[in-house]
Amino acid sequence: MTHTPPSLRQNAAASSRADHARPKSKGGWAVQIFGEILITVGLVLLLFVVWQLWWTNLEANATQEDAVQSLSQEFKQAAKDQSKPSKTSDHATAEPQPNWDPQTPEITAEPGHGEAYGIAYIPRFGENYQRPLAEGTSTDVLDALGLGHYDGTAMPGDIGNFSLAGHRQTNGAVLDRVEEIQQGDHIYIQTAQGFYTYTVYETKIVLPTEMSVIAPDPAHPGAQPTERLLTLTTCHPRYGDTERYIVHAKFDSWQPLSAGAPDEIKAAVGL
Amino acid sequence: MYGWIFRHLPGPLWMRILIAIALIALVIWCLMEFVFPAFVEYSPFYRDVTIDQ
Repeated sequence: MTHTPPSLRQNAAASSRADHARPKSKGGWAVQIFGEILITVGLVLLLFVVWQLWWTNLEANATQEDAVQSLSQEFKQAAKDQSKPSKTSDHATAEPQPNWDPQTPEITAEPGHGEAYGIAYIPRFGENYQRPLAEGTSTDVLDALGLGHYDGTAMPGDIGNFSLAGHRQTNGAVLDRVEEIQQGDHIYIQTAQGFYTYTVYETKIVLPTEMSVIAPDPAHPGAQPTERLLTLTTCHPRYGDTERYIVHAKFDSWQPLSAGAPDEIKAAVGL
Repeated sequence: MYGWIFRHLPGPLWMRILIAIALIALVIWCLMEFVFPAFVEYSPFYRDVTIDQ
């Protein structure tokens, strides 16, 4: 590379400025506009990626935090209401007999489409992981509220398969860390009725059409269910969707809101 | 094209720079609010997470 004398550089700069001012031929304009359009398209596509992988998460996280906040307010009130009748019994009794059975959970009625009615806690995803749970698995639910409940599948704690879907990279990325889930991990669901504890017994990768994973009894699709199960479904591989990542969990126990939160999620619940 | 727009903005240089920034911001906002959501289903990163037939 030869060194250009400063005077020459100035000349070049001056002449390029002159170029700019000089009216262009028709072809020159066309080339310039075409180039600018290409650059614009490139920038817009880049912006789209930023929007989708970053902005939709900010938006959805804000929506989901709001939903969790208002639900936990609601549940705190419900907990107070639940504990009222039992308050009449004598406080001094050493160990008050619980008037509920951890193996016979109360079941929430299936709410309307898009309604947030519960909070999911998955300690494996972090001590403070709490996401709203809403009815339906259409994009308007999943994109905004995070975890969507498959219409018609069992409700939390019920016999059958309580099935949820959630995004992995975008829109809050509620199940981004799904592959960290291990057998024996707990998944907690809180509704106005209480806390439902599930224990993970299996994770697997299936084809998107594998309906049996959300069947009432995944092991025997079509059979009458006898167990209380929970299923999470999300896309797989991480940036693809040719498969689905499935987490199956079994019902462990239930406790009403008035009994407080299970120890593992006490800090997150703040109840 | 952009040069032409910039030259046709009113006011002194600083004002034209401000208007240009405001216009760019408006375009970005419109894209994020209306255009991108409408096209999101064609995105390579928007993934179907549900099981269905």
